Amino acid sequence: MSATGIGASVKRTEDIRFITGKGHYTDDINRHGQAYAYFLRSPHAHATINKIDASAALKAPGVVAIFTGDDIAADKVGGLICGWMIHSKDGSPMKAGAHPALAQGKVRYVGDHVAVVIADTYAQAREAGEKIVVDYGVLPAATDTATTAKPGAPQVHDVAPNNTVYNWHIGDKAATDAAFAAAAHVTKLDLINNRLIPNAMEPRAAVGEYDSGTDALTLYTTSQNPHVARLVLSAFIGIAPEHKLRVIAPDVGGGFGSKIFIYAEETVCVWAAKKIDRPVKWTADRTEAFLSDAHGRDHVTHAELALDVGGKITGLRVHTIANLGAYLSTFSSSVPTYLYGLLLSGQYNIPAIYCEVDAVYTNTAPVDAYRGAGRPEATFVVERIVEIAARQLGRDPGEFRRANFVTSFPHQTPVILAYDAGNYGGALDKALALADYKGIGARKAASAAKGKLRGIGFSAYIEACGLAPSAAVGSLGAGVGLWESAEVRVNPIGTVEVLTGSHSHGQGHETTFAQLVSQRLGIPFENVSIVHGDTDKVQMGMGTYGSRSGAVGMSAVSKALDKIEAKAKKVAGHVLEASEQDIEFKDGKFTVKGTDKAIDFASVALQAYIAHKFNGQELEPGLKETAFWDPTNFTFPAGVHICELEIDPETGVTTIDRWTAVDDFGALINPMIVEGQVHGGVAQGIGQAMLEGAVYNGDGQLLTASFMDYCMPRADDLPSFRVETIETRCPSNPLGIKGCGEAGAIAAPPAVINAITDAVGHEDVAMPATAQVIWRAAQKAILKRAAE
Amino acid sequence: MIHVSMIVNGKAASADVDSRTLLVQFLRENLRLTGTHVGCDTSQCGACVVHVDGRAIKSCTALAVSLEGAEVTTIEGLAKGGKLHPMQQAFQDNHGLQCGFCTPGMIMSAIDMVNRKGSHLDEHTIREELDGNICRCTGYHNIVKSVAQGAREMATAGAAKAAE
Ligand code: FES
Ligand code: FES
Repeated sequence: MSATGIGASVKRTEDIRFITGKGHYTDDINRHGQAYAYFLRSPHAHATINKIDASAALKAPGVVAIFTGDDIAADKVGGLICGWMIHSKDGSPMKAGAHPALAQGKVRYVGDHVAVVIADTYAQAREAGEKIVVDYGVLPAATDTATTAKPGAPQVHDVAPNNTVYNWHIGDKAATDAAFAAAAHVTKLDLINNRLIPNAMEPRAAVGEYDSGTDALTLYTTSQNPHVARLVLSAFIGIAPEHKLRVIAPDVGGGFGSKIFIYAEETVCVWAAKKIDRPVKWTADRTEAFLSDAHGRDHVTHAELALDVGGKITGLRVHTIANLGAYLSTFSSSVPTYLYGLLLSGQYNIPAIYCEVDAVYTNTAPVDAYRGAGRPEATFVVERIVEIAARQLGRDPGEFRRANFVTSFPHQTPVILAYDAGNYGGALDKALALADYKGIGARKAASAAKGKLRGIGFSAYIEACGLAPSAAVGSLGAGVGLWESAEVRVNPIGTVEVLTGSHSHGQGHETTFAQLVSQRLGIPFENVSIVHGDTDKVQMGMGTYGSRSGAVGMSAVSKALDKIEAKAKKVAGHVLEASEQDIEFKDGKFTVKGTDKAIDFASVALQAYIAHKFNGQELEPGLKETAFWDPTNFTFPAGVHICELEIDPETGVTTIDRWTAVDDFGALINPMIVEGQVHGGVAQGIGQAMLEGAVYNGDGQLLTASFMDYCMPRADDLPSFRVETIETRCPSNPLGIKGCGEAGAIAAPPAVINAITDAVGHEDVAMPATAQVIWRAAQKAILKRAAE
Repeated sequence: MIHVSMIVNGKAASADVDSRTLLVQFLRENLRLTGTHVGCDTSQCGACVVHVDGRAIKSCTALAVSLEGAEVTTIEGLAKGGKLHPMQQAFQDNHGLQCGFCTPGMIMSAIDMVNRKGSHLDEHTIREELDGNICRCTGYHNIVKSVAQGAREMATAGAAKAAE
């Protein structure tokens, strides 16, 4: 392994600009003559808009224009879309209510967009916004996930009776019913997967710009997938045809899913830039981010697990109500269905599974993919119910899992997915050893001697990522293909630019992609630069989410490199006066087999462009190749996380003492970056388990709309992590990569809750398990013991 | 409009600003020093931390006009003569950043921590002292390692300077 090749922990190239303050985030971009947008948002969760009077606001200093939903509609600009069609079990298509960028006639959640004020400065726009008088007819709001579909609840969209978007199901109901009828033991579980707010540290922002000379628009935006944004803004919303719309996602300060989606604000900024023929800039403040970024999770679930006398799992039955908020965000419909139900087999051999999901509207912010997207929800169901079953049967939680693990591959689950490769027992063995599971009894006793409660919790997660085979997702309702593109441009002096449709917003592609190229072409790492995030430079791409950049994006680069190598061999053959078949390429050198005749990569590049040594009619000059990679399967990262914690029953204060993660991500490009991804994912998972939760009151006011009310994990809330890997290569891509971006957030919540419930000795602990929740749970345990 | 002048990263800087202009707006919008970031509106996240007269402050929470004559150092002012500050280098060495948005504030807070608490910082101290800076990407593990290394190397660099 070379110091900068595949498998090396190369320090990141992109760090230099970030640690010196020279990054270019969207809000750092200023265009000549720009005006600023302020969005007037609804203070009500549900209301009719009877009248908007902007006359006083229009006269306020600096105001350039004020637009409402009617202005956008008059320009024939369409509403925001949801790009994944889900059908209900009766075959009917999902009920999608209209989603105008600026509200028309009705507002449906606190923060919904009522009007945009554009002024010379942001302060002027905001002050003018306060002068707009809106006559609202306030309506009762539906805010509760569990009851919004009940008769009598306020109706969010007329097209969706009982606030129901769809009633979806998957699996074999009859086979599952039969498994339960024959079961020796049934474990039941009711749980809530708490609603989260993603809170990337960089708030969303957009700058729209219009060039009247060419009738072309440019949008700078905080996006994880600028090409998808352009496609949606062009083809569906109708802002401008694709060749007249350039979307640039420069440095992006974290996404976690929330910057996949095409939102109202960027749509309005780019549309308004043409309208007023001036650049229009908007940057969310944190309150706006809380109110209007798509939220995550928010499930209410009942699950049942059937077991035979020997403790083998024979069936799983799940019913989930998934809150999608007030409108269907870009990919929202796929999250509680294909990204959730398909993962319910976990790492286990479960012969029969049946899952029903009712997706519902409420008067709350839209809910869509947030790190893990569906898979954390599935893992929470599976890993909680398996843990409880082990406890009820008096079995060791690790050995109970092992006895039910899938052990031979490929493995067809009853819920579509076919697991291709894995070693679940191997990860468990390694995790048990690293966590010193043997010593847990002594550590529990030591804690008890101090009056503390110690618990240990397992999570043996699996996820499906590397999204995804286009034909497969197409058959499941996706509106787009999920391949990735790459273009490798070799310059005449042998340096290389790689244009990728993947987008980095913290993942370090400028380093990892360059590692691949440097290794494959045998050229210095410094001679490679990675270009991403600009639709004028990169032809097309699907962006970064679902842990897909390595498995799909780098596979596309690899495929383009194959073509480069093949072409370069032809050129080398001409230069070395040998047949192409006799040319070998290794460590950056082309050699004629069995001779010492050789030429290095840079010289071949130069020869390819000079084109003196070959016939330009037979072999095209130049050295540039493009590839599209469409995966043949999902990838299946899996692993075991073990959380060990200590509770002070007097205060509920809980300290995570050890975190052990053993993950199988297949081949690793840069272990340092992979570890960092696990740290960040686990931190978000611990956040969900112990700290974070979005709370709406009955009127639909978001009570957790600032960092003072919504508890983000801080440095002193978290432990250091022990992160190790095992490797079974992924057979469905050339690099053997499975993906690592979401694993931590998927694995962590059940590990934490299993540890807390182990410590307190009962299962009644909901997320977020704050100190107060844990204190109550510990007190309940003490009272119960006293009563016995 | 009020005229305000400061020394920013060793250079005189002045502008006519609205009385409500925050220090961070003065830095980002008047001086186009965009390395200092805004991550919240409640003084909670620390993305905006800069040094004023040698002490770390949240620049989203100070009015520019209240800092007439102050000496301000931002993330752009740390590297000297093309050489990174030891704390900047430590963040790269330990993969203490992912998206980089929190990073300028983290580095400015970390240097202030060393100035106040010395260069022998244990994990507990570092975690407690970082309470005013939120990072959503890294889970803090590598930030803690970065700060510990940066602190040690600031001491070494300081000792080397004193010996000169
Ligand atoms: S922007 Fe200053 S603390 Fe968040
Ligand atoms: S590196 Fe992204 S917020 Fe800290």
